[in-house]
Amino acid sequence: MSFPQPADTPVAKPYWEALKRGELVFQRCRHCGESWLPARESCPRCLSPENDWVKSNGRGEVVSWIVYHTAYDEAFGSRVPYDVTLVKLDEGPQLLTNVVDSEAGKRLKLGSRVRLKVESEGDVALARFQLDDD
Amino acid sequence: MRGKCVIAGVGHTAYGKQPGRDRVSLIVEASRNALIDAGVDKAVVDGVLVKMANSEPSFLYGQRVAEALGIRPKVGGSLDQGGAANAALISYASMAIDAGMMEIAIVCFGDNPRTGNRQVYARPRGDDAVYGFYSTAAGYALIHQRYKQQYSVPDAHIGAVAVTVRDHGARNPNAQLKLPLTLDAYLDAPYLIEPMRRDDCCLVSDGAAAVIVMSAKKAGELGIDHAVPILGFGQGQESWDVHLRPDLLRTMAIESGETAFRMAGLTHKDIGVAQLYDCFTITPLITLEDYGFCAAGQAAAFAAEGGFALDGQLPMNTSGGLLSETGTPGLPLIIEGVRQMRGDANLQVGGDKSCIVSNQGGTMHTHSTLILGRAG
Repeated sequence: MSFPQPADTPVAKPYWEALKRGELVFQRCRHCGESWLPARESCPRCLSPENDWVKSNGRGEVVSWIVYHTAYDEAFGSRVPYDVTLVKLDEGPQLLTNVVDSEAGKRLKLGSRVRLKVESEGDVALARFQLDDD
Repeated sequence: MRGKCVIAGVGHTAYGKQPGRDRVSLIVEASRNALIDAGVDKAVVDGVLVKMANSEPSFLYGQRVAEALGIRPKVGGSLDQGGAANAALISYASMAIDAGMMEIAIVCFGDNPRTGNRQVYARPRGDDAVYGFYSTAAGYALIHQRYKQQYSVPDAHIGAVAVTVRDHGARNPNAQLKLPLTLDAYLDAPYLIEPMRRDDCCLVSDGAAAVIVMSAKKAGELGIDHAVPILGFGQGQESWDVHLRPDLLRTMAIESGETAFRMAGLTHKDIGVAQLYDCFTITPLITLEDYGFCAAGQAAAFAAEGGFALDGQLPMNTSGGLLSETGTPGLPLIIEGVRQMRGDANLQVGGDKSCIVSNQGGTMHTHSTLILGRAG
């Protein structure tokens, strides 16, 4: 039973390497200031190829979420029910994640505040989140 | 382009399971039926346009289909827009006919994910699979959840879409699923991907469908008296994956609908029946709002109040849609729209108004619209 792995690409390498250090990073365009995830070579707004990886403050809010009651891959067979949650970072980029203390989504609401909680699955560090009650 | 081209004939295979048959042979059967329906000899067909097969995308697919049909077209090829491609191909065929590039086109699609390979619908979604993000349904479930939460929509209101469409399908002898659905049964079913239940999801089907497109002038010359005019068409593409969109509840279907209405010179009050792509129950609700038939957040209440029923304000998916007639994407909705406009639909709705058809693909990534007028 193998856990899915992210594609090992040069453009995404800084993202996954940062998570191994416990940091969530996103790309910001040097030309127009647009911020985005996931990794890509050029700015989707102005197409400039010049950008920097910027450390996120790791905070954001819930935009939507779903709860799997059936597993599409045996790697997740023992985890159902589990949430997949759409989070918008305070800096703008959006990503899919899991909120580890969501109780399979029951504690989530639109706009729920969340903060980064990096967890490892084998050799890969993932940008999971937890509810931020502060 | 209003009314310059027509859909002169429609055809399809049986829907459901077609074990052992390949998708191209299904397309040939559907095309044969469409040619018979139009009363057109294959020898005069000079265009073959086919939607890419979801379950097995392949190179030079349009030419494989044209070869199987025994046609050397002036205009041919395959298009991938997911489920939006069928209506898009009809619009491209109309423009190519108007430009004088060809005279008569077969627009077709067939696939066999039911007995063949349906893995495409369950696949891991890129790198997000590490968080357990799998399947086509998941992206729609994110939209469904946002809709439910943002507008405080009761599950029963979204379930009303499934109940209504399944009622129409139950009365269609050609439907793959003729089992009516009660609201209690909808609500009692377990979640697959919460908030989505089994009956929020369309069928997976083997089958093929085809239509014959030509100019209105040509149809007149050939004496085809049941040709249905294509009054308007439009497209719009969202491009961003669901989780990267700034707004989960609005799509480029807005632009697609506006373009089609403008071309047709019609407004919402001129539309008497709708065939809206219902791959999941949330989809026609978002489309109804994007098209401007009701305000944002109001479509589910419209469904719950019977707005989509045969005697409702806008009867929808009168042959059972993807939820009940067949999961074969796109063309069967167009064929039902044609039958409504000819007056020979199984569940005919009255009046002399026009029909709007939506096709869409990906996770509301692509959208195409047709507005059809009454025959004759």
